[in-house]
Amino acid sequence: MTAAGTDIQTGDDVSERPTARRMSRPGRRSHFRQEWGRAWKYRELYLLLLPAILFFVIFRYIPMGGLVMGFQNYSPVRGFLGSPWVGFQHFETLFALPKFLEVFRNTVIISLYKLFIGFPVPIIFALLLNEVRHLLFKRTIQTVTYFPHFLSWVVYGGIMVLFIGPGGAVPEGLEAIGLKMPALLVNPKYFRTILVITNIMKEFGWAAIVYLAAIASIDPSIYEAAMVDGANRLQQARYITLPGLRGVMGIVFILSMGNILEAGFEQVFVMYNPAVFSVGDILDTYIYRIGLVDGRFSLATAVGLFRSVIAAIMIVLTNYILKRADQPTLW
Amino acid sequence: MSAHIDTSTYEEQPLRSRWHSNRLAETIIYGVLLLLGIISLLPIWHTVNASLSSPEKVAQAVLLLWPQDFTLDSYIFIFKGEALIRSFGVTVFITVVGTALNLLVTSAAAYPLSRRDLPGRQFIMLFIMVTFVFSAGIVPGFILVRSLGLINSLWAMIWPTLVNVFYLILLRNFFENLPDAVIESARMDGSSELRILFQIVIPMSLPAIATMGLFYAVSHWNEFFRGIFYIYDPAKWPLQVLLRSVVIQANLNEIGFSNQDMYGNAQVSQLTIRAATVIAAIVPMALLYPFVQRYFVQGIVLGAEKG
Repeated sequence: MTAAGTDIQTGDDVSERPTARRMSRPGRRSHFRQEWGRAWKYRELYLLLLPAILFFVIFRYIPMGGLVMGFQNYSPVRGFLGSPWVGFQHFETLFALPKFLEVFRNTVIISLYKLFIGFPVPIIFALLLNEVRHLLFKRTIQTVTYFPHFLSWVVYGGIMVLFIGPGGAVPEGLEAIGLKMPALLVNPKYFRTILVITNIMKEFGWAAIVYLAAIASIDPSIYEAAMVDGANRLQQARYITLPGLRGVMGIVFILSMGNILEAGFEQVFVMYNPAVFSVGDILDTYIYRIGLVDGRFSLATAVGLFRSVIAAIMIVLTNYILKRADQPTLW
Repeated sequence: MSAHIDTSTYEEQPLRSRWHSNRLAETIIYGVLLLLGIISLLPIWHTVNASLSSPEKVAQAVLLLWPQDFTLDSYIFIFKGEALIRSFGVTVFITVVGTALNLLVTSAAAYPLSRRDLPGRQFIMLFIMVTFVFSAGIVPGFILVRSLGLINSLWAMIWPTLVNVFYLILLRNFFENLPDAVIESARMDGSSELRILFQIVIPMSLPAIATMGLFYAVSHWNEFFRGIFYIYDPAKWPLQVLLRSVVIQANLNEIGFSNQDMYGNAQVSQLTIRAATVIAAIVPMALLYPFVQRYFVQGIVLGAEKG
């Protein structure tokens, strides 16, 4: 691409740098020139970064500017500059809105259900899998249980609708043995349970991977020593493997807490229907409906901002806790 | 400590009962795992068989463990119309073009960020991490895509997903751990950074880049929300949006299944059509899956260690 001369310059730069820094002391102006000169030598690297930077500016930072809609009565015709400012009016409206409170509650409840009921399943699965000596069996089970993770919720939800929905195998099967099955997907009593169970079914295999990796990194000599002492396999699992997983469990738990306002947008979107809105409508689905469907941009932006701020606080908090616990952090 | 006491009593048990309890434990473990495997597979397997069976058998049978009255009619029916093929085309396009662009831009950015001597590296990382922590959300994203004129354009599903921060950082970490000596000597030889990236760094990182490519490709293949948010023209729907309409909302006319078909057609039924449509969407993934599964697992473990 570039002539050999410039490249040699760049190559020289690495060894020259410490001197360049020292020389930059006298005067602000020459300091700036030194820094600029140093950066100029890295121009190829900056050029490589440019597309990604542009991406982040256009698709991540510019929309942040769009958040002003939450403080305006935004009208697409008038634009950001022409729309009237209303301060915190939308937020005041929101917090007085029973629907918003319901949606917020649903989001947290569904997340917590998923967290507490779903959390032990991959751990137990990994512990059981660890006991299997038969390699082909182990691999087959892994292959089969990982697979649903790669399917979209549209596909997996679609399969579930065909399986447990009207005319599906589960209701037909229960009817065949004389049990009358309530319509699961349109009944508010069962909808959250369905969400939790299908989520576990789809993700438990994949979620076990981090635990299997942690098990693989436990020092085998500990097991050997325990065996010499006569510990059986249950005791080995209880007193060596399980404690060995504590660190990973902590990370997974804290990360899930950080995602508490997530609740699984795609899953809910695909599986819910107006009959179960009272228990299944979550923040994201609500934002979508009032924003993109009803076109109430300002109100939806206010809900989104509320959600994003809490999510950001949760992520920062998560990172802080991980750091305090000497675990790998996000930054 | 209590473990030690337990084991000593355990040692004194007769050999025979120990063997028995081990065998019992073994049976339970294998049994539970088998059950979990079945739970994972059964709904999918049932749907596969429903798609390959005749409508009256599907209506009669409770659980289909094998195709009954094996027939490909449902598949012939769904591929007779244009809608499904068109959506496949859209999804293949965004997967291939999207993944290629993802890989190019992500590796190009990961390399400079892996260079500890790059001036301003900390600031750029901060600039990127901010977007990871805070996102503007659905509505501002929509307003942006609309003002860029991307509504009803396939690029609306490609540009907004160009770089995934998480993968960028994983790849940067991977690049950081490459042996410095090779890169250093290439720089001494006067190779340009572009050449170092494409001729040294990327070839040395192929497993990591392949893994990342697979993750990106899966996310494009499963692209749903951007299709819902930005694509209103059914002729440009990605596969998942069409699937939702046909399989979940049972809008079978989307796929050329009219009311007349519903009553006058004995070869296919609402259920077999929906089953065939959803299974057709998994087939490419299922064919690829055994080959790539290894990499996925490696990639995750890699990421976990590098953290």
